[in-house]
Amino acid sequence: MNFLSYLINGISLGSVYAIIALGYTMVYGIAKMLNFAHGDVIMVGCYVTFLSMSRMGWHPLPAVLLSMIVCTVLGVVIEKIAYKPLRRAIPLAVLITAIGVSYFLQNAALLLFGADTKSFTSVVTLPALKLAGGALTISGTTIVTVVVCIVIMVGLSLFIKKTKAGQAMLAVSEDKDAAQLMGVNVNATISLTFAIGSGLAAIAGVLFCSAYPTLTPYTGSMPGIKAFTAAVFGGIGSIPGALIGGILLGVIEILGRAYISSQLSDAIVFAVLIIVLLVKPTGILGKKMQEKV
Amino acid sequence: MAKINIKSIKKQTRDHLLTFAMVIVVYVVVQLLITAGQMSSLMQGLLVPMCTYSIVAIGLNLCVGYLGELSIGHAGFMCVGAFSGAFCTKLLESVITNKILLFAVALLVGTAMAAFFGFLIGIPVLRLRGDYLAIVTLAFGEIIKNIINVLYIAKDVDGFHFAISNGNEIKLSDEGTWLINGAKGITKIPHLSSFTAGVILILISLFVVYNLVNSRSGRAIMAIRDNRIAAESVGINITKFKLMAFTISAAIAGAGGVLYAHNLSTVTATPANFGYNMSIMILVFVVLGGMGNFRGSILAAVLLTLLPEVLRGLSDYRMLIYSIVLIAMMLFNWAPKCIEWRQKLMAGFKKNTEKGAA
Amino acid sequence: MKKALSVLLATAMVATCLGGCGQESESGSTDAAGSAAGTENAASAEGTAEAGSVFKIGGIGPTTGGAAIYGTAVMNAAQIAVDEINAAGGMNGYQVEFKAEDDQHDAEKSVNAYNSLKDWGMQILMGTVTTTPCVAVSEKTAEDGMFELTPSASSTDVIVNDNVFQVCFTDPNQGTASAQYIAQNGLASKVAIIYDSSDVYSSGIEATFVEEAANQGLEVVAEEAFTADSKTDFSTQLQKAQSAGAELVFLPIYYTEASIILTQANSMGYEPTFFGVDGMDGILGVENFDTSLAEGVMLLTPFAADAQDEATQAFVTKYQEAYGEVPNQFAADAYDAIYIIKAAIEEAGATPDMSVSDLGTALSEAMTKITVDGLTGDGMTWEATGEASKAPKAVVIKDGAYAAM
Repeated sequence: MNFLSYLINGISLGSVYAIIALGYTMVYGIAKMLNFAHGDVIMVGCYVTFLSMSRMGWHPLPAVLLSMIVCTVLGVVIEKIAYKPLRRAIPLAVLITAIGVSYFLQNAALLLFGADTKSFTSVVTLPALKLAGGALTISGTTIVTVVVCIVIMVGLSLFIKKTKAGQAMLAVSEDKDAAQLMGVNVNATISLTFAIGSGLAAIAGVLFCSAYPTLTPYTGSMPGIKAFTAAVFGGIGSIPGALIGGILLGVIEILGRAYISSQLSDAIVFAVLIIVLLVKPTGILGKKMQEKV
Repeated sequence: MAKINIKSIKKQTRDHLLTFAMVIVVYVVVQLLITAGQMSSLMQGLLVPMCTYSIVAIGLNLCVGYLGELSIGHAGFMCVGAFSGAFCTKLLESVITNKILLFAVALLVGTAMAAFFGFLIGIPVLRLRGDYLAIVTLAFGEIIKNIINVLYIAKDVDGFHFAISNGNEIKLSDEGTWLINGAKGITKIPHLSSFTAGVILILISLFVVYNLVNSRSGRAIMAIRDNRIAAESVGINITKFKLMAFTISAAIAGAGGVLYAHNLSTVTATPANFGYNMSIMILVFVVLGGMGNFRGSILAAVLLTLLPEVLRGLSDYRMLIYSIVLIAMMLFNWAPKCIEWRQKLMAGFKKNTEKGAA
Repeated sequence: MKKALSVLLATAMVATCLGGCGQESESGSTDAAGSAAGTENAASAEGTAEAGSVFKIGGIGPTTGGAAIYGTAVMNAAQIAVDEINAAGGMNGYQVEFKAEDDQHDAEKSVNAYNSLKDWGMQILMGTVTTTPCVAVSEKTAEDGMFELTPSASSTDVIVNDNVFQVCFTDPNQGTASAQYIAQNGLASKVAIIYDSSDVYSSGIEATFVEEAANQGLEVVAEEAFTADSKTDFSTQLQKAQSAGAELVFLPIYYTEASIILTQANSMGYEPTFFGVDGMDGILGVENFDTSLAEGVMLLTPFAADAQDEATQAFVTKYQEAYGEVPNQFAADAYDAIYIIKAAIEEAGATPDMSVSDLGTALSEAMTKITVDGLTGDGMTWEATGEASKAPKAVVIKDGAYAAM
């Protein structure tokens, strides 16, 4: 019974990683860049939701909507100012700029909102599910997170397969130059990707903070790096990969902590990651890289 | 053909000599300033950190710039170097009284340990490519940090005691001392680092990397970077050369770590000094200074170490301004439009001076 | 697009210019640079006075980075104390200037901050706030013979040198006192611990607690750790404590993590007694935190923001007016630290024209003679080792407020 509840904890943590990883993977797939500032966009989203709920007394729904709008705008603005000028430069240059943006968001939040911890009120009011006579509890937040994660995943997959904009994204991710020649507006497509990715970040942030209710200017950086790991784990660029990677990472972290050593749980997670990548060098669902001579 | 080759080699040598000269001139100027009492405590205190980061950046540049592999785990090698070096110093402190010798031994041990780990990690890791390799190096750095935080080593009359994750298992007799005490790390490390030592280390690292990249092996390494398959097809042993570059890169980072540990009286493995944040910071030095440009790495490391300190006057806005400057510098250095604009500006400038001269 | 770029570049240039200027003045003569910097950022409302006529006290702590919450509290409270003292006639008749520097909770940056303050002309150091940086800085103050009083760095490694004194309890003291309190009051016989194995403070208390628990006949049934990199989910640690049958969970951690633990324990339906140490103080001040979750939590703390005595009330009101937050124990420690420095200066009859090391020797001697009634304890005295002796107060949270036990 203990094992089952550890497993549920793992899935709960993993689904949060997964939903953040979705944002990483999308942007990576299309813009071929690691958006290190993604975690901090999440943090901004959390603050917006937090302030509109606790200070202005809004209902969770409009608060989340507002936060999505703010994050979407923020994502597009960041892309325009910091990433777009570097699109033809080496990939590493964009990575460093993304780190700069991440520092900027953290420090701006520190000045705007202060260093003190805020306690986030869960936006999920669903009661916990009790199984096996109360021995197993699945919290409402977990259920909502997993459901939202799957809905977003299916939605995104459909969007990419069925819509013109989605097809354009696919084309840009395959070959930017060829896509441009075929009449795809590459700039608009990349902006759209950032908009969607950042909008998702807002949802991810709200769910993350609902599950683990503290909020500081540095809230986003650690789950950001874990989610990035999860995205690579599942095969970066792959949308179902993000879900699988996230949940596996969460489960390994919790089971490692429960059965091996709580002191060494980070080491265990990363050791498993290394082993998986050695067996499957492009992650669990990653595409084989074609080599051209 | 031969003529062109000689010319290009000469130019390269000149370039290398310029880097050495730059380091030495700066060293002499700084020493003069110190003796003349013209240097603030803050600047004096920053000298060793600047050397440390320059060295680690040189090491990483070999990996990123010449080998073409992105590593975001170099802080891990720095950590290995720092802890093994400081551990060695603590052990031998009572045996070797000569400070220079003591530091040299610590340096050798730290560098060797970092090289060993670089080699060990390198074997499996270098099979991977691109971002996957990056994430594995990141994972390695985090594992090292995590393990060091739960490592307990102590020494007393009964010999050595060793424990992982539970320091209370070790019952020390009264005379015993902790060598590594879990999250508290190593304390009371003698202050052996100095600006002179740092500069000597920079010169040695430069010597090593310049010799490597100009050698046969160096050309093989660059061939692998530029086109792996083509390199393989002309009979270059990919694994051997990759491993060689990666190991040397790790060793240099380890040397930087030893310098780091002996500059402060305490060394702990925290996310700020040996976590991925530090790895990324070093990567920033490398990218900003220019890939494969060791002089650039040193300049960037010095500049970016200095920047937050000279911005102290802005108090709360310090780190915010720092991040803006970082973004702006990246755009200025790398954005194609900016490069074009700069070239135009330079051309216009040239025209103007020509006009003025005429 | 171009406009945005040029704005950015302009900012960069301005910043570089600023950096350049700062650098120039710093490579100038030390004294000149010191007073120049002082004029620019005089923290004191009085402005800069001639050297030798004011006491210059420096403060070092993290005001950015993950530990910013602690450093900010310390600097805010120290400023309040300094302003009060200046308004009341200063220390030993001399006005005081206070300047805070950020160290981002990193040893190397902390030494930089120390050097920067030295250039400003600092004579006395109130800091550093966190332990590891403090160990590194205390090595430097020992070299310079500067008097150092740390408000909150609690490891015994901090006070190995004679010139360093603490306001807070040491970690071993807290661990031992907690174990004794739990055993003697019969709170529980089976105890679980959740601690941060990557943090010096937390793992320090944990180690001594376990040691003393064995002496006191307490059974430690679970020792569960987390690290700075994985401090979001505590359900596993709680579950292990629950299945091990722990009646009491000891939390030698800071309140940010503690607030998540309390929330998660509540959602699991696990209701042991929670017992914290001074890092737990502040949990009631977390904005929007449901204080009913903390009902029944016990902690050993030297300071309670809602204590009814006049001094605490006055301090809390002032702090709230100035910064809009309820001060935590770090703030109280810093406030006391400034008053302790005042007491030591007056005991020693020290004057600002003394050299840094003379001042250091005089104040270190005076520290063992003074007795201070502060917010964090009545009748605080100091050993020559630097350790403060004061009695920890145990409080329990009742109806969203501390109550004495």
